Amino acid sequence: MTGKRVGLTGLLLAGVMAAGSFAQAAEPIRIGDINSYQRMPAFTEPYKKGLMLAVEEINAAGGIDGRPIEVISRDDDGKPGTAVRLADELFVKEEVALITGSFFSHVGLALASYAGQKERLYLAAEPLADALVWEKGNRYTFRLRPSTYMQAAMLAEEAAKTDAVRWATIAPNYAYGKDAVAAFQTVLTQLKPEVEFVGEQWPALFKIDAGAEVQALQRVEPDGIYNVTFGSDLAKFVREGELRGLFEDRVVASLLTGEPEYLDPLRDEAPDDWIVTGYPWEQIDTPEHNAFVEAYQARWDDYPRVGSIVGYNTMLVIIGTLKEAGSTDTEDLVEAMSGLQVDTPLGPVLMRDIDNQSTMGAYVGRTAVKDGKGVMVDWRYAPGENYLPKDDTVRARRPQN
Amino acid sequence: MGFYVVQALTGLASASALFLAAAGLSIIFGVTRIVNFAHGVFYMLGAYMAWTLTSQFGDSVLGFWLALIVASLSIGVVGLLVELTVLRRIYQAPELFQLTATFGVFLILQDVTLAIWGPEDLLGPRAPMLDGSVTVLGHPLPSYDLALIVLGPLVLAGLWFLFYRTRWGALVRAATEDREMLGALGVNQRLLFSTVFFLGTALAAFGGAAQLPKGGADLLMGLNILASVFVVVVVGGMGSIPGAFLAALLIAQLNAFGILIFPQGTLVLMFLVMAVVLVIRPKGLLGKAEGASRIESRALIEAAYPAPGVWERSFWALAIAALALLPLAGDAFALVLTKDILLFVLLAASLHFLLGPGGLVSFGHAAFFGCGAYAAALLVTYAESSMVLALLLAPLLAGCVAIIVGWFCVRLSGVYFAMLTLAFAQVLWSIVFQWTSVTGGDDGLLGVWPDTWANDDTVFYYLVTVLAIGGILLLRQAVHSPFGFATRAGRDSMLRAEALGLHVKQVQHVAMVFAGALAGLAGALYAFSKGSAFPDYMGIEMSFDSLIAVMLGGVQSLLGPLFGAGLFSWAAHELSTLSYWRGILGLLIVVLVLAFPRGLAGIPAAFRAARERLA
Repeated sequence: MTGKRVGLTGLLLAGVMAAGSFAQAAEPIRIGDINSYQRMPAFTEPYKKGLMLAVEEINAAGGIDGRPIEVISRDDDGKPGTAVRLADELFVKEEVALITGSFFSHVGLALASYAGQKERLYLAAEPLADALVWEKGNRYTFRLRPSTYMQAAMLAEEAAKTDAVRWATIAPNYAYGKDAVAAFQTVLTQLKPEVEFVGEQWPALFKIDAGAEVQALQRVEPDGIYNVTFGSDLAKFVREGELRGLFEDRVVASLLTGEPEYLDPLRDEAPDDWIVTGYPWEQIDTPEHNAFVEAYQARWDDYPRVGSIVGYNTMLVIIGTLKEAGSTDTEDLVEAMSGLQVDTPLGPVLMRDIDNQSTMGAYVGRTAVKDGKGVMVDWRYAPGENYLPKDDTVRARRPQN
Repeated sequence: MGFYVVQALTGLASASALFLAAAGLSIIFGVTRIVNFAHGVFYMLGAYMAWTLTSQFGDSVLGFWLALIVASLSIGVVGLLVELTVLRRIYQAPELFQLTATFGVFLILQDVTLAIWGPEDLLGPRAPMLDGSVTVLGHPLPSYDLALIVLGPLVLAGLWFLFYRTRWGALVRAATEDREMLGALGVNQRLLFSTVFFLGTALAAFGGAAQLPKGGADLLMGLNILASVFVVVVVGGMGSIPGAFLAALLIAQLNAFGILIFPQGTLVLMFLVMAVVLVIRPKGLLGKAEGASRIESRALIEAAYPAPGVWERSFWALAIAALALLPLAGDAFALVLTKDILLFVLLAASLHFLLGPGGLVSFGHAAFFGCGAYAAALLVTYAESSMVLALLLAPLLAGCVAIIVGWFCVRLSGVYFAMLTLAFAQVLWSIVFQWTSVTGGDDGLLGVWPDTWANDDTVFYYLVTVLAIGGILLLRQAVHSPFGFATRAGRDSMLRAEALGLHVKQVQHVAMVFAGALAGLAGALYAFSKGSAFPDYMGIEMSFDSLIAVMLGGVQSLLGPLFGAGLFSWAAHELSTLSYWRGILGLLIVVLVLAFPRGLAGIPAAFRAARERLA
């Protein structure tokens, strides 16, 4: 009895599928996506939603030359070794055209090395490490999000406009923190040679002893503080700093703190008048961005984060590349992505052919608290191309072959 | 002057917070001997539950503190349920086996928290009346810090009263000293264990809840606190509450003043303290010698590992034939996955050589795996070494590291040995992590790919297979060699072995170097397979994953751990396409542990027993 029913359903299914394949004769184009979905859900879920929104939009519009896009997602568990195995799985078993994604810098670097070795295309979406496109860059690795250097340079530009001369820094004790401090020091010193750096603190990531660190910063009596801590460290740092009067009459420049991922959890305790990079999604008023926000909210019943726009733009770049290349051959794709210009909700984005870094920018402004939550005020869009070093410097940092 | 006073007070507040988080772990270990991995997740749940309750009732002083207490008690009940449903069933298993179960519980509850409270960090409420700061000698100090400074000693005093002035406390102390004797005297141990687990869990939850006004609740806090509380408990002496308090004080103050002099030391300080304390005082600051020797003798069952029979020989023949023929199947990804699994199996097998025949429980075995990977990567990066040379030298270098680490560690035994291996692993990890100019820090060393001749996937697969299987067979050969008998003699009866003329510590030292070198081989192959070396190859998680795999497979058998490691890494890969896959993996572990308390290797015996019952 049951067997018969299964048989019938199977026949029906086969019929439907046959009909479907007539209507849509083309094979889907498969895109591999590797990310830390279980480890970092607060950042990667919005990313996935942004990515999928763009996929659904292109598929509804008939796909690419009639071929729909299919995304195959895998969870790297935050481990570079696992990510490389998954890259193998996606390319070898699932036959994807290219891979994208990754949140952590070290996972991104592992995938970049893989891409260079196996000559496969990897578009890094979120990892910030400068080395990804510079010291460890290769022909097959591209990156979308503005890098640590770019965002630090944006802050340094604003910081140089203030009176602060004596600066102290606090950053998590790992590569991202070190890069971010080094870039800020370099750019700020270029812009304002009289600045001096009088102290630096290096709390362990997500294990900050906030009271002691705040005290240590107090002791060197800086005019300005450059902060790179984020997430739960940031909440603790802000709270201790407020209670101990660290931020009174001081300039604070803080990396990424204006991003909804980091600002929103602080609610009404969001810091006041810090110079930050971020994403004031609710205030950006351009037709392209309004359309994105509307579509995003309609689809997911949630508001966009930085991850969302990064995910969405990632897929726009991929779509642009596929259209330009007209094939899914890796070499064609690399050729197409290099120098590609794409219109995104944030404006035009160029995938630079000099280092495979995109010119997607970020928003720079000050923080304020309104209606019980943190917002960015006096912000402006800082286009990425203005915050990259001179071409010679880039060439010196990137292996040339 | 005022600055230093305030810095010391800040250190005191951190010490109290650390003590609150660690006290419960010490109590649970003292009585039940369970190394409770789930402690961190209870700490986290306490924070989340208290966050929910304080957002309802936290506006008044009374409401706030009541919310904290109610949250702690309710998480205590969750702990009690875990004890009743999981741990109670496996008290008869070898003692370290239970840590596998608590690891599973950790994974499950972690995902439950994600499902209930969502992924976003929660900002902690401020404590009513304690939301400002006071001025001490001209420097501001958050008033909640004062509350914490009082709270720590208050809980310590409360526990002292409970343990030394109540009948229940007297029984708990008796159980810490001698569990069998207490049972023989007719005391209901089950009830005692359950109440102890309830108290320990509630304390963990209170620790998490009490730090809410200092920050908030997030999904990583459980994992992040775990290493710290283990260090506090071990430095203080396992099972000693005043010891834990002293250790928390020491670590927090060293940290508070240490960051003024050496701000980069934040990663390593705690583990350096632990290494120094354990080298000078092997039982921790206030630990008792008797308690520990008991752990040692009961840590693992005394497995004999009979020589391979016809079944086992045919298994090996089949396995090797299958591995040799796999490339013919035409599934290219199967080769990749098998390669990864084989390397993890080799790591687990080398760990099992220490755990099983050696009786040495290492919590830091991945250190040697990582050393092998880094030795290979450094050779390739700086000496432009060929892969073959790197593969030859990497195990030797990993072995050399094991000579140094082992020299310190073999002086200790039982859980203290385990924790010292963990301390060294962490110190090595932070060297690799911090020494950016040489090791690349956490950005790792990249571009460590095989030589051209081995670049082909199939060729490299055969290379890995031959070396991994060779390593595994070498390990099992060693178990049946005189050397293997000597390690077992040292494990089963140190006194008799010494009387027979064996230098037990030396044998153990050699065992560590041998196992370390083979773990190094696995690490070097892994580096070439992934093209990179990263600090997390030698991280805590890697160490614990391999430990769980061995426990899951069954320490008392030689094949079991191989299956355990294979199943563990295969399941982790296959499940990872599901959402909440880590929770599902945890559930799988708990189910396996409950069904087969002797590990996978106990399955045949379990079936035989079931058949006999039926007959």
